[in-house]
Amino acid sequence: MSFVEAIAAKPVQKNRNERKLTIAKALNEAIAQEMRRDKNVFLMGEDIGILGAVWGYTGGLLAEFGEERVRDTPISETAFIGAAVGAANLGMRPIVELMFVDFYGVCMDAIYNLAAKSSYHSAGTFKAPMVLTTAVGGGYSDSTQHSQCLYATFAHLPGMKVVMPSNAYDAKGMMTSAIRDDNPVVFMMHKNLQGMGFLGTIQGAIVDVPEDSYTVPLGKANVARDGKDVTIVGLGMTVHQGLEAAKALEKEGVSAEVVDLRSLAPLDRDTICRSVQKTGRLIVVDDDYLSYGVTAEIIATVTERDIQALKCSPKRIAFPDIPVPFARPMEQHCLPNIQKIVAAARSMM
Amino acid sequence: MQPTSKQRLWMYETMVKSRYNEARLSATYMEGKSPLFNMANGPLPGEMHLSDGQEPCAVGLGAHLTKDDYFACHHRSHAQALAKGVDLKRMTAEILGRKAGLSEGRAGHIHIFDYEVLFWSSGIIGQNMGPAVGAALARKMRGEAGIAIACIGEGGANQGGFHEAMNLAAVWKLPFICVIEDNQWAVSVPKAKSTAIASNADRAAAYGMPGERVASNDPDDIFAAVGRAVARARAGEGPSLLELQTVRLQGHFMGDPEVYRPKAEIAAKPEMDPIPHYRRKLIAAGVMTEIEAESIVARAHAEVDEAFAFARSAAEPVPEDAFDKVFV
Ligand SMILES: Cc1ncc(C[n+]2csc(CCOP(=O)(O)OP(=O)(O)O)c2C)c(N)n1
Repeated sequence: MSFVEAIAAKPVQKNRNERKLTIAKALNEAIAQEMRRDKNVFLMGEDIGILGAVWGYTGGLLAEFGEERVRDTPISETAFIGAAVGAANLGMRPIVELMFVDFYGVCMDAIYNLAAKSSYHSAGTFKAPMVLTTAVGGGYSDSTQHSQCLYATFAHLPGMKVVMPSNAYDAKGMMTSAIRDDNPVVFMMHKNLQGMGFLGTIQGAIVDVPEDSYTVPLGKANVARDGKDVTIVGLGMTVHQGLEAAKALEKEGVSAEVVDLRSLAPLDRDTICRSVQKTGRLIVVDDDYLSYGVTAEIIATVTERDIQALKCSPKRIAFPDIPVPFARPMEQHCLPNIQKIVAAARSMM
Repeated sequence: MQPTSKQRLWMYETMVKSRYNEARLSATYMEGKSPLFNMANGPLPGEMHLSDGQEPCAVGLGAHLTKDDYFACHHRSHAQALAKGVDLKRMTAEILGRKAGLSEGRAGHIHIFDYEVLFWSSGIIGQNMGPAVGAALARKMRGEAGIAIACIGEGGANQGGFHEAMNLAAVWKLPFICVIEDNQWAVSVPKAKSTAIASNADRAAAYGMPGERVASNDPDDIFAAVGRAVARARAGEGPSLLELQTVRLQGHFMGDPEVYRPKAEIAAKPEMDPIPHYRRKLIAAGVMTEIEAESIVARAHAEVDEAFAFARSAAEPVPEDAFDKVFV
């Protein structure tokens, strides 16, 4: 179900006023609703209690659910993410938070060797229904260890779902799905979409969100804009850049379709291929590192299925294979942006 | 071990310099960030962790170190960097993202790297422990002078890598010192909520090394405790653990309104400030006069102002510079 379809299909609420929320607020609502519904859902992480999480989505949960279910942890990621796996094995549904995706290096074993393989090497008996939340992305000069995306790093490792919403509607529905999922789900939040007071937010991420609980399925891409000449594939932040590029291209008579992946694992290959069958041209935009990444996977998917679908070579726009530099001129030069997408599309026409 | 008058004056001057440096950094940081605060804007974007209040730890440590001692520091590192003798001009240029900076603008404030004095700092909590132990190992294996120090917050001491590194340093009897700067807070989490024991010095027993806690945030007391650990390391007798109780006078990072911190504690900040205390102490002890204190302050400020003038007039990197230095 696409974003548009989901909105169309949602139960009609009488006298419902439009309610625009940030992703942070939408996630907060999803988590609170699931915690009310299922007493096994609980939160662990650094600064999620009284602070309400650095990325702003756990405010008020401590007050409502108490310290037993909203647990500030020591800075001991190996311990508390490993603990989430054990707790999940015995019926709990932990949501574990780790501020920045960059920090997962210290506790990666608990993620990719424990959580991700728990079902497989126990033939489905040691389930690990847990959500790992983390923030990704740069563009605000936070340097080498606080600006990465690492989508491909996670999506490469079998056994966990890896998702990221591009707007608040999807955020709420996808978080609800993630909490109810019996598998580990890495739930990424893009900093430039989150709606934080200390950082700018792309306005397109702040959309109408129903009060009632609903789900958006994991593993389904969304056609965020219909077009016929070129397909622009992105996720999170790059979806919004794709949409802006599409607007600019429209003025030049180029009709661009924008696909929001929403989920990297599982990857909705059908929606991508269907779009390229229609447009014949493909640009993949990614703010993660270029090589061995999301762009390569999407292009391989399309060419493997039907290389004839392409009228010209596909293009990829991604962060070059260098650590994220601090100083603004260097970082901005490396990030994907609207101009780069427009130029790529033009060169394909 | 008591500091000499010369060492005490150096400690006072370095504390004053560091505090003024933070004040200038925070003023620069706020440029372009009001009325709307957005971390991405202004001449100094990104995150900013200030070391106000923790200067005694830096100077009590720095007074014993030479440029051959390897120092791996945490994210709140400006005071420690100054006390270790990091080039202030190039450090300021780095924090402002200039090509003349220590890392040519690639790193910013969380990653201060100065090979001349073997100092570096890190953004991942606990990441510095292993490398400092390895540096101590290199000194021992190569038969060279020089010891290694890792400095970590009390929050960071709960990181798994902390324990692994401590045991390794002890089992190999390395010239290593771990200094825990206990400012009582890890962002919004107070020590009592994250750490099962009150004093991390007690943990030293688990590694078979001496452990000491200094609770006064007084440079002279810290100097004495560090002196014992440094003498032990230089004599080849093995590692030590020190926990220094200190105070974080600012928010975790700039823009943190500290909603989680008790009002009384926030109100008590001026009283907890170690610099006026030390100034009064040195004057009372006859180490300096009011007039001498003022000239020290003026000299320290002038040095910082000069560094800012240098950094602000230095050129930014060009975009293509991003591609250099990925490999050596
Ligand atoms: C591995 C890792 N986890 C979490 C963080 C986020 N973080 C940055 S500073 C900090 C608190 C550190 O507290 P402490 O070690 O006491 O040092 P302080 O900030 O008080 O100086 C946290 C949780 C991080 N940078 N790295």
